[in-house]
Amino acid sequence: MLYRLRLSIGYDFARPTGAGRQLLRISPADLPGLQEVQQASITITPKPTERSTFTDFFGNEVTQLVLPAGLTQVRFDMAGRVLRLEDETELDLSATLDGLRADLNEVTDLGPHSPHHFLRPSPRIPQVGPIADFARKACTAAATMREAVECLGLALHDYMRFDARATEVDTPVAAAFAGRHGVCQDFSQIMVSGLRSFGIPAAYVSGFLRTVPPPGKPRLEGADAMHAWVRAWTGAEAGWCEYDPTNACFVGADHVTIGYGRDYGDVAPVTGSMRLAGGQSTSHSVDILAED
Amino acid sequence: MGGEGAIATGRRRVAGYRPLPGVPDEMLDKNGQVRPLWRNLVAHLDALSDEDLTRDLARADRYLLDSGVFYRQYGEGQSTERPWPLSHIPVLLAEDDWARIGRALTQRADLLEAVMADLYGPNELVASGRLPATLVAGNPEWLRPMVGIKPRGGHFLHFLAFELGRGPDGQWWVLADRTQAPSGAGYALENRVAISRAYSELYPDGNVHRLAGFFRDFRDALQAQSRERDGRVAILTPGPMNETYYEHAYIARYLGFTLLEGDDLGVSNDRLMVRTVQGMRQVDVLWRRLDGQYADPLELNPASRIGTPGMVAALRSGAVAMVNSLGSGVLETRALMAFLPQLAPDLVGAPLAMPNIATWWCGTETARAAVRSSPRRMVLADALTTHPPFDPADDLTRAVTLSPQELDRRLSRQGGDLVAQEAVTLSTTPALVEGKLVPRPMTLRVYLARTADGWAVMPGGFARIGSASEASAVAMQKGGAAADVWVVGRDPVPVITLARQAGSADKRQAAGGLPARAADNLFWLGRYAERAEGIVRLMRAYHTRMAEAGAAGAPLLAGFDPLLRQMGIDTPDPIPQKLLDNLAAAIGSASSVRDRFSPDAWSALHDIDRSARRMARTVSPGDDAARALSALLRKLAGISGLVHENMYRFVGWRFLTIGRLHERAMGMAALLAVLCDPDAPEGALDLAIEVGDSVLTHRRRFALNASRASVIDLLVLDPLNPRALRHQIDGLREQVDMLPAANDHGALSPLARDALRLHTDLATAEPETLTTEALWALRGRIASLSDVLTTTYFH
Repeated sequence: MLYRLRLSIGYDFARPTGAGRQLLRISPADLPGLQEVQQASITITPKPTERSTFTDFFGNEVTQLVLPAGLTQVRFDMAGRVLRLEDETELDLSATLDGLRADLNEVTDLGPHSPHHFLRPSPRIPQVGPIADFARKACTAAATMREAVECLGLALHDYMRFDARATEVDTPVAAAFAGRHGVCQDFSQIMVSGLRSFGIPAAYVSGFLRTVPPPGKPRLEGADAMHAWVRAWTGAEAGWCEYDPTNACFVGADHVTIGYGRDYGDVAPVTGSMRLAGGQSTSHSVDILAED
Repeated sequence: MGGEGAIATGRRRVAGYRPLPGVPDEMLDKNGQVRPLWRNLVAHLDALSDEDLTRDLARADRYLLDSGVFYRQYGEGQSTERPWPLSHIPVLLAEDDWARIGRALTQRADLLEAVMADLYGPNELVASGRLPATLVAGNPEWLRPMVGIKPRGGHFLHFLAFELGRGPDGQWWVLADRTQAPSGAGYALENRVAISRAYSELYPDGNVHRLAGFFRDFRDALQAQSRERDGRVAILTPGPMNETYYEHAYIARYLGFTLLEGDDLGVSNDRLMVRTVQGMRQVDVLWRRLDGQYADPLELNPASRIGTPGMVAALRSGAVAMVNSLGSGVLETRALMAFLPQLAPDLVGAPLAMPNIATWWCGTETARAAVRSSPRRMVLADALTTHPPFDPADDLTRAVTLSPQELDRRLSRQGGDLVAQEAVTLSTTPALVEGKLVPRPMTLRVYLARTADGWAVMPGGFARIGSASEASAVAMQKGGAAADVWVVGRDPVPVITLARQAGSADKRQAAGGLPARAADNLFWLGRYAERAEGIVRLMRAYHTRMAEAGAAGAPLLAGFDPLLRQMGIDTPDPIPQKLLDNLAAAIGSASSVRDRFSPDAWSALHDIDRSARRMARTVSPGDDAARALSALLRKLAGISGLVHENMYRFVGWRFLTIGRLHERAMGMAALLAVLCDPDAPEGALDLAIEVGDSVLTHRRRFALNASRASVIDLLVLDPLNPRALRHQIDGLREQVDMLPAANDHGALSPLARDALRLHTDLATAEPETLTTEALWALRGRIASLSDVLTTTYFH
């Protein structure tokens, strides 16, 4: 599927800001065999005083920039064209829990996609007792890790209510779970926490969802903003699989990936002093159109 | 110290000294004989009477107190400054033994460098199975953003410390590697100065190796890392609330480096810049004393308030050399010690020359079996802990306290999260307790620094001495003490100073560059100290009048009310809370610039604070108060003297002086506006002269009763009266004019222009135009100078 992407993030400040350094993670990722970026560009208004890019530890492209002081408005626009290939995997090659542990012991790689990075609690996803209990109950019937991923995803989708106003970007995982509501970020981080409580390596994925569903399919939740889902390592043979708990589905051609991290903090679209400046408002819009 | 005295008094200080069974002692050998190395020291102690010994040792304590040596102790939700706990008996080690320790630790430093280079480079140790992946990937000290960044200059590690203990067989063991930002080297220097004063007869000819050469070489090595023509070397501190801030300031002052906080720095075009009163200046070598993950809130810990956004970007671009590289804390991981012995032959070509404490990472069946088979000698802890040994925060479990089932359960369930280590026994060394030597456990901290000629070992260091006989009592937070370590040679040792050796390149630290935060603190230090003085003068006048007039003086005392209100004083206590607040604020400002503030002035400031707080409890109103306040005034004058007679006229001194002049001008304007008001009660003019400290001058110049005109003349317009408003404004204009970029060949900065206008208006004013309103307006203009100064230099 070929997509045309458009993302716009805007800030208005009540008082002019001081100069600030920011990191942006809003470019689609090039993923051999899965996703091909044909074109992508970021426009920053007004023009930053410094701008460069680098690749972070997890392989995500980061734009670093410094904005001049005295701004009352800032906009980040990303436009791109991405070919997303359908992941045809239907066959369950994933390991059992014991098999997963044995497989994990054999992995001696510390590269960006090594499962070892995604096993322990991370800054925004601590161990949460009630989530671990919930996950254990949800997955009693699961024989394989892929089944465990699906069971937990479905159970969470049933248990939680999508509510764009109930949580903030910094709402702790435990609080969102206790309130049984949130957005894709909350659904995904809760699911990551649950998977890790089993010893299943789980990553947080940020990306986009196509705005207009394919004919005859319902419009998916979270399509009007940036989206997030989960990536779980299910053993040496099957490797990683991706699941979207907000929409209770395995990830396919409707999803476009920006980047991977241990939690939201590793792939936040905007990091830096912008979020700290007082009296701001944010606008955020996304348009993902299929071209064929 | 005469030999006869020693015989006459016998060996009384060691008479009851009994090393613990099975534990080696530094002073006594196996047969209970004093080792040859210690004989001079023991003879010296024996020759002294109790009184003489007490007097000598008090010199050491006095030195530490006067220098304000402290460390910060945390507990029960608050932190307090504690005097440095010095053990009065140095630990003596022979230079041959020391050389062996040095060679072994040099090898270990090279090993750690190689491990670090791998963990932040190709990661072959994990890939080849020689290190478990989880120890690295799950480790919060392994900073992913630093992976792949090569340190400028090629080396990751530059300054290390090792904690050693001597085992039952007399061999030294490494108990811990301190690789993050090791503290204590500055305290070692202070220990040395203090102890050398206590042993002023023994030390100079005792063949004790000096410490200064080590610091000189490291300083030169840091300066040699600077590549920019205008680049500078700085020390990065977490700030005054850090437990070892004193040491950061001390080292900065000792080595002549700028002391910075994260907030002083910014990153611009990938270069690290410090905000100074002269503008942005580049820093290209940074010796950090804060933990790596706090260094950059943007790419590392976002919760850090003590870091610098963009620091990682500056490192990535190679524009700054960092001592040690960010992420070096990962080497402190306790479980890593289980693997270093096997890694050594591969990475440094030989087995470890000094073993580290026996350690098992419980993630393998072999290790778990070892722990199960001898729980009696095992201590369990979190595999990833980086606490130094005996840290009270460390969560240790003695394996033997668990039931075999519980031990089994923990090992099989959480093996990978656990590390087991042999329970430590330590050698003992003498400590002085109530005039007697008693054996106490000790650990040794040894420092290594990378220099042009490779690793240099500090010949000495510091030892931690237990407060009781069990090993864990060495923790300072548990009452342990620090002792100086003397490396004693066979021959006299050369005396070394920090001065550069002949022939070494003269690379001077780039001049100028006062950090804006330091300037801000100096300015406010000047203001708070002056404000305190103003309060003291006013309260003294108040209580003098009260003593003279008794109850009958009530109307005149009422005349003080507007002045007291002006200064924020609610009740005219002898020592108002406002005074204590100002002194505390002055100390707060001074503590942030301790690297630039004379130690004498610092201890004088503390002395005043202590006196004032004591007086606040004991002094009664009236005459008693007046006398106490006079004493405080003399002490305050002493500080001014220390600062103004002894401080070099760097730009920092100007900010301090501007603060003082500014506050005095503000105070005088308010004083006169209130007391020279036509409606002021009778006697107000005399009061103005008294509080203005100009009684004698007024008598000499005017030989008549005070009139509004005479007071305005003397206290506003007279440039020769050091208390007059005019005198302060003269000084302000002069100092402002010499600030950076204030006067560029006649082109004045806004601040310099304001100061000049104010000066001109005052110099040309007629006494009769200086009405009450005019005085208040003048005060407003002075106040706005402070605002302009702040936006120009401190932001």
